[in-house]
Amino acid sequence: MSQDFVRQLSGASSLSKRFGGRSVFHIDIQLLCLLVLIVSYGLLVLYSAVGQRMEPVIAQTTKIGVAFVVMIVMAQISPVVYLRFAPWLFLMGIVFLVLVIFFGITVNGSQRWLRIPGVFSFQPSEIMKLVVPMILAWYFHDRHLPPRLKHLFWAAVMIAMPAILIGIQPDLGTAIIIAASGMLVLFLAGISWRYVVVVLGGVLASLPALWFLMRDYQRQRVLMLLDPESDPLGAGWNIIQSKTAIGSGGLSGKGLFQGTQSHLDFLPESQTDFIIAVLAEELGLIGVVVLLILYVLLMGRGVIIAVQAQDTFGRLLTGAITFTFFVYVFVNIAMVSGILPVVGVPLPLVSYGGTSILTIFAGFGIIMSVHTHRRITL
Amino acid sequence: MVEPLVLKDHGGESQIFFDRIVLGFGLLLVATLFLVARMFYLQIVQHEIYITLADNNRIQLQSLPPIRGLIYDRNGELLADNVPTFSLTITKERVKNMDAIIADIDTLIGLSAEQVASFKRRLKRRKRPFESVPIRFRLSQQEIAKISVNSFALIGAEVEAKLVRHYPQGALMAHAVGSVRRINEEDVKKLDPVAYSGTDHIGKIGVEKFYENRLLGNVGHQRVEIDARGRLMKILDATAPVAGNDLRLTVDVSLQRAANEFLGARRGTIVAIEPNTGGILALVSKPSYDPNLFVTGIDFSTYAKLRDSPDVPLFNRALQGQYEPGSTLKPFIGLAGLVTGVASSDFTIDDPGWFRLPKNKRLYRDWNWTKEGYGGHGKVNLEKAIYRSCNIYFYQLAVKLGIDRLHDQLALFGFGVNTAIDLPEARSGLLPSRAWKLGSRGQSWYPGDTVNIGIGQGDILVTPLQMATAVAILANRGRVVAPHLMRRAQASVPKLPNVDQVPQEAWDLIIGAMEKVVHRGNQGFNENGTAWAYIGQDISYRMAGKSGTAQVVGIAQGEEYDEELLNERQRKHAWFVAFAPIEKPRIVLAVLVENGGGGSKIASPIARQVIDFYLQNNPPNKMANKVPVPLLNNSGRNMAINRVDQVVKR
Repeated sequence: MSQDFVRQLSGASSLSKRFGGRSVFHIDIQLLCLLVLIVSYGLLVLYSAVGQRMEPVIAQTTKIGVAFVVMIVMAQISPVVYLRFAPWLFLMGIVFLVLVIFFGITVNGSQRWLRIPGVFSFQPSEIMKLVVPMILAWYFHDRHLPPRLKHLFWAAVMIAMPAILIGIQPDLGTAIIIAASGMLVLFLAGISWRYVVVVLGGVLASLPALWFLMRDYQRQRVLMLLDPESDPLGAGWNIIQSKTAIGSGGLSGKGLFQGTQSHLDFLPESQTDFIIAVLAEELGLIGVVVLLILYVLLMGRGVIIAVQAQDTFGRLLTGAITFTFFVYVFVNIAMVSGILPVVGVPLPLVSYGGTSILTIFAGFGIIMSVHTHRRITL
Repeated sequence: MVEPLVLKDHGGESQIFFDRIVLGFGLLLVATLFLVARMFYLQIVQHEIYITLADNNRIQLQSLPPIRGLIYDRNGELLADNVPTFSLTITKERVKNMDAIIADIDTLIGLSAEQVASFKRRLKRRKRPFESVPIRFRLSQQEIAKISVNSFALIGAEVEAKLVRHYPQGALMAHAVGSVRRINEEDVKKLDPVAYSGTDHIGKIGVEKFYENRLLGNVGHQRVEIDARGRLMKILDATAPVAGNDLRLTVDVSLQRAANEFLGARRGTIVAIEPNTGGILALVSKPSYDPNLFVTGIDFSTYAKLRDSPDVPLFNRALQGQYEPGSTLKPFIGLAGLVTGVASSDFTIDDPGWFRLPKNKRLYRDWNWTKEGYGGHGKVNLEKAIYRSCNIYFYQLAVKLGIDRLHDQLALFGFGVNTAIDLPEARSGLLPSRAWKLGSRGQSWYPGDTVNIGIGQGDILVTPLQMATAVAILANRGRVVAPHLMRRAQASVPKLPNVDQVPQEAWDLIIGAMEKVVHRGNQGFNENGTAWAYIGQDISYRMAGKSGTAQVVGIAQGEEYDEELLNERQRKHAWFVAFAPIEKPRIVLAVLVENGGGGSKIASPIARQVIDFYLQNNPPNKMANKVPVPLLNNSGRNMAINRVDQVVKR
């Protein structure tokens, strides 16, 4: 039955197939269209969130344009290259993360950036968002699946190293997401349910321990989630105001550019992490559902590509990237709507800012590459 | 390390992968539905709650504080005004480093630790972000200038203008008008939060307290749309505030000023009443204090100095001071004797200079008694007993009357009760009775207690206001008036009935005797009125008066009272009560000089000066024709100042 499903999915496959799978341009039109739709929708919301000023929209469009180019370029590179360079990329990423500890630039109390003097600054942790699933996919690519305990051990080391290095920056949000993306590879690789239960149980059991590792501001965020009213002017403000923005939107919203919470500045971070609240306030539940449908279609396309991938590396990598994308979506919306504590996770493809857009487009570039380069020969 | 060769089962692997990714996608869909459910809950189920919250955020009901009513004296002179004052406020959200900015302000204009502490308390009570909180009040022009020059370094600190109460007469009228204070946490619990939503001050003392509701006015409101920084975006609608009613008092500032001057540097009090109405013309209590200090919050050391001063400047002697009336009570006791028939006008005694109850060793002395045995007034009738202030006569009269009749007759004149209409601080003094003594001391009444009451000593206590009021009733020949400060103030229920059991001859005798206190002269020392030598020789009108002295320390048996030996604070208080002109009294006066010594010598000249001043400046015909000075229309001006106040701070 599952094979039928694959065949069905294959039937509705990409445009590049028309050129016999050997199109000049390695692009997946469906992914491309969905990305353009989501990004355009996001720019519209951003335009409203910044108070109908064009400059931030143009700036963001420029960043998207750059990210687009990166995606196209990465789509042209054969997955074979990613497979071959995965260990080196991983090694390089670890070196960068170590360098961050010694030479990193401190912004808002955490050391996340590395500057190459005179050239540019970047966050090594962003690179790791792609490299961690890649190294795990590489690791399981030519190993017997489902993985054995010994392999799981090494996989755990590959996940833990970057996660710990990022966690001490401190950037708990990114560390958790990176760990999650690695674990998604393990899940897709078919680790036995026993281990899944053990890992989930371990995570749950370690939550209290996590409490002691957290900094005061992080603890406060957790407490605020439980009772935002305890400090309505301070730490609870963000959550109260974002829930108010969302709730006051109702079914169809107050109308584009009509949101009072965002335009009167009650909503903090309305163009970055909390942008979904602007959407929810102005376009209502309908607007949110439309965005979620677009997201699901995008991820559905990712899942199809993963299923169609012809080798383990492509499969695992595509699946992990797709599901990690969903982790972003889920964590962001859950955080803004007051289900999860406030961690700095942007809404993918919609929030203002270049870094996350770049990583996400690069990820989709890899997915396109997996889909359009049919043969992997080692 | 050699890996064992394992053949990859590609089909099985992709099957596992397929199962997992389908499962994963299923979970993804479930999670997405969960998010949709969460959104549905917030946006549909709880929509009403959040739309209200959003409107509460956006739409703020701002109160427009009403302008407090002004207070004028009887001639239209301003006693309480509202003036803009400037305070330095801090908006926490705009300040990068709170400690640094506080330190900067301290070096610029000075901040006490106390001011910083109360600023921090106020900061905690803020209702919303970007609400500015005052740190220093009453900035001087120089301080404002210093702040403006350094404003670049004081981001988040701003000078704000607000109308606050101002008492242009300062300490002069403090005890007469009272004052407002900042609303404190205790007040907040009791006050109507709506009526006071825009107001920082509340009347705490005097007429400011009593007429709080009249003076306050009605708060106005405007619904405004604001942003999160509290910046006003637009005014949606507004109800203008209604200014409080102005008060016109019965006091005469010029008389008050004169009385204050005549009292000089001494501690004491002068209460002047218009006998016809009971309206208070002057209410001086010295030393006094500047009520303006209290309006925006006094600093602790200044307050401690006022509070702990042995001269108790915060104490309103005229209303709260309870003193022995001394000999000023004698006319009332004499009247009691006449009304009850105990003393007829021809009742006389022989005054040997002392009095002793039967079967009792205790010796009650006359005021002119000495150890050598000199003293006494010889043959004394009621009239002489008053103008010579003979103690022995009143010892005997009091004993004959007995405490019950004494109590009842004195009560008719308001002793022991507070008859004041609009003076919240007024006390009721103490008029002793059998019941009182049994109740408060658990003892029965002894005749010896009555003896002392006869000369206004012992347990009886009166306030200067009560004394003046009693004399006003006397001057009115029984028509009771209740003391008050606001013109046309009326007690809802009259506290005393008129004194109508007294025959005219009795009034004539008592008032005549009081007239002789002042005017009977050139008869030899032992025959002159007690005050004649001090005030009666050159007087151009007829005045009735009575001196008195109130003991501060008891004098032991057989000891002479030697003022020189006593500490200044242990000296007797000097009393003088008076009214004039006798034919048609226009002013009643009670003067008390604390530790002044003899009433005639010290207090009567002050009383004479005050009455002289009043009668000179208020001739009877002028009084009749006096056109009331029109009051300024408060409300017109209010609106203008209101606008100043409404300027919304960034």
